[in-house]
Formats: sequence, C-alpha cells, structure tokens
Amino acid sequence: MKDGRFLTLGIETSCDETAASVVAGGRFVMSNVISSQIDIHTAYGGVVPEIASRKHLECVNDVIGRALEEADVTPKEIDLIGVTYGPGLVGALLIGVAAAKAMAYACDIPLVGVNHMHGHIAANYLEHHELEPPFMALIVSGGHTEIVNVPAYNRCEKLGGTRDDAAGEAFDKIARVIGLGYPGGPKIDRAAKEGDPQSIAFKRVYLEQGSLDFSFSGLKTQALNYLNQERQAGREIKVNDVAASFQEAVVEVIADKAVMAAERYGQKQIVMAGGVASNTRLRALIEAKAGEKGITVLKPSPVLCTDNGAMIASAAYYAYRSGEKPTLELDAVPGLEF
Amino acid sequence: MKTIQHRTLKLNDEADTRALGLEIAEALEPGDVVALVGDLGTGKTALTKYIAEGLGVTEEINSPTFTIVKEYRSGRLPLYHFDVYRLGSSEELFDIGAEEMLDGDGACVIEWADIVADALPDDTLAVRLEYGEKEGERTAEIL
Repeated sequence: MKDGRFLTLGIETSCDETAASVVAGGRFVMSNVISSQIDIHTAYGGVVPEIASRKHLECVNDVIGRALEEADVTPKEIDLIGVTYGPGLVGALLIGVAAAKAMAYACDIPLVGVNHMHGHIAANYLEHHELEPPFMALIVSGGHTEIVNVPAYNRCEKLGGTRDDAAGEAFDKIARVIGLGYPGGPKIDRAAKEGDPQSIAFKRVYLEQGSLDFSFSGLKTQALNYLNQERQAGREIKVNDVAASFQEAVVEVIADKAVMAAERYGQKQIVMAGGVASNTRLRALIEAKAGEKGITVLKPSPVLCTDNGAMIASAAYYAYRSGEKPTLELDAVPGLEF
Repeated sequence: MKTIQHRTLKLNDEADTRALGLEIAEALEPGDVVALVGDLGTGKTALTKYIAEGLGVTEEINSPTFTIVKEYRSGRLPLYHFDVYRLGSSEELFDIGAEEMLDGDGACVIEWADIVADALPDDTLAVRLEYGEKEGERTAEIL
C-alpha cells in the first residue's frame, strides 16, 4: 500500500519476454518493464532474452527490480503478487513462478497465479478505465485466435479457437513465402494497404454453421498453391495484392465471428487483445461490422497487446478481489486451458 | 518403436494422411521420436493431428509454432508436439528443456526436424513430406 493505493506486482515469463510491472488498483500502470525493450546491449552484452529459460533466469531479478524502482516502491509496499503459471513453455514459466514464490514468501505478500490468456484480456482494463464486464473478448496473436465470453471479472468462457494455425502465425508464414520477412503481421498490414483485397479469391473458412472456431491452414495451402501456379506460369507475383487478398480472407472471418459471438450472447462490447489486434484492417472491419449492430469495439495500445507484466498484475488484482485464495503451492501448468 | 515399413507412399487426400498417422501412432512407444520434414503447407501439422488421434488424444491439436512445444496427456502415451521452426539450432532445443521430453515417458513429434537433426536419437522415425503432382496430393517418404 502506498498513498492509500493497492499495489500489485505482475510477473510474466511464459514465452519470449521476461516482464514485470507494478499496477495500482488493478488499473493504473506505475511501471511496465519488458526485457526486450531494455537496452540489452549494455545490460546483457548483446544476448537477447527469448524462449530460453536460462535467459529468463538471467534477467528476471533485474526486471523485477527495475519494475519496483520505476514505480518508486519497495517490496514491502507491494500488496499482491500475480504471476503467469500457464499456458506457455514449462521451463520459462517455472522461472517466473519460482521468482514470484520466493518474493511472496520472503516478504510475506499474498501470491495468485494468473492464466496468461486472462492477462491479455485484462490489458484492456489498464487502457480503458471505465471498462467492466460483461463483454465479448477476441484474442488474436501469433499463438492464439480465440473468442471468449467474459460475464464477470474472474470468469472467462472460451467459445471458439483455432483448429490449426493462429491468425498471426498464418500472417507470418505467408509473409515469409512472399518475401516480406518477419514479423509477418505488421508487414502484411503495410503491404496490403497498397494492394487490392479483391484481386485474388481466397476462400473464407467459416467451418460448420454457427461455429466460432477458426481454421487458417487450408487458406495457407491455397495461397501457396496460388503462388506456385503463378510462378510456374512465369507470371510476376504482385506481393501487395497477395498480402491484401490474404489478409482480407483472414480478418473478414475473424470480424464476422466476433460480431456473431457478441450478438449471440447479447454483449454490447467487443474487447480485442493480442498482437494481431493492432492489424489496421481487422480493426476497421470489426468496427464497421460491430457498429451496424450497435456494438462498440475496444483494444489496448500496442505495448499492452504484447506480452507484459501489467496485464498479469491487473488480472491478479481482479482474481484476488473476486475471492481467489492466495497460495505458495503454485506450479507451472504449460497446457493451461481457459 | 514397433516396426514400420520404410517406403514412399502417395497421399491422395486427407484420408490417406489419416491412415498414415494412425499407422505411426500404433507403432509408438515411450521415448520414440518422429521427425517431420517438409515445406510449408505439406501437411506436417495435419499428420500430427492424426498421430494424436491414433494415440487417443482428445484435446484439440493446433500449431505449436509460437510456444515451440505443446504437450497432450489424454492419450495412451503423453504426446509432445514440437514445431522448431523458430529455433536457430539444436542447442536452443536444450535451452527449452527438450531433453526430458525426447528421452521421456511419451512420444515426440517434431515439425521442421531438419533444424535440430543432430540432437535427435539414432532410431528417430523420419517422415519427409512433399507436394505431389496434383493439387491436394502429397508424397510421404518414411526413412
């Protein structure tokens, strides 16, 4: 507690990023430290922290220390620690969980485990201070494409997800084969602005009638076949047109299903999360389609769309406030479901 | 691993891919490794889905590209499904703790296995997938 404000420390190490943050009252970001954004050349001699648990281990204490320092608080002033315990890579998760448990025990601070996916949704509470459940959440990233009903702070009901590739992954793969490079999402987005989305008739995969699941693997194969045919016929590949047409086929289905889910559950708000939530075409399309039905669309800024500790702190705060019991028995659960 | 005939076969459609997946699943024992090699879109994840089905896995199998590995415990053996595309070398495979899975209680299926070939056991079952002549057709070479 500092100046009458409840302080939560959030720790996130589920995949590539080592991240920690101090959040006041579940809503106000006091610090948000993400390892890939630190000047790593001076701090780590050029080693980029990523998937390796060893690399999380090297920097987790430093990242937590910086988060406290930037928020200008001491460990004693922290009221709650939240840490991602899944889903993710087991070795990476364990580093965050172990660091959180050690600090919780040493400083006698309650600890709650946070589902990484709940964190992505909670990122919106940090950005939109008026936002409260109920709402429909759409999580679109390199690893996820999910539609989740959120009837209350501590309740998330997954309604649909990808059966093969995630949306961001589909963008990455196609960006690679048309020579746009990594990361694919932003590059496809940019190239698509210069292309014609109607130039190639890529299929829209809606699956069974009424399904809220996704499948992008067949679309990927269709795009690869198209590229092979064009090359074999000696025709020049119009990269911008391929990007625009492919992107349109992906985002149209996502937008339709998100709006369908919101309507089905009578939700008046759609909340976007994850890296692909930054895709400008997806955002425009979903706003247009939702607007027709009187549904509003919210999304957090790009820094809160990527993996970060602040979203974990916010999710932990609301879990704790909703009555979740703190525990020092926490263990990593790599395959954690919603 | 129980014996699997080393051969090249044509996969005309999804049903052929499923038959191969089920055949591989049938042969798997704890500690076995299946290496899948092939270009984007040749059906590595699809084949893995059918191997999982053969093992009796009930969870949805989707691409592990982002997290490198996903584990499934609902089948007769634990299944560790890797996609090592994002890794630079086999050294990074050990950085994520893969040795416990490779030499463990379950079976490993590894997509883009050529990247980590030097870290795989000698008795790895390798399946090379390639595009066939017609659209939708694939060939699978079992090595």
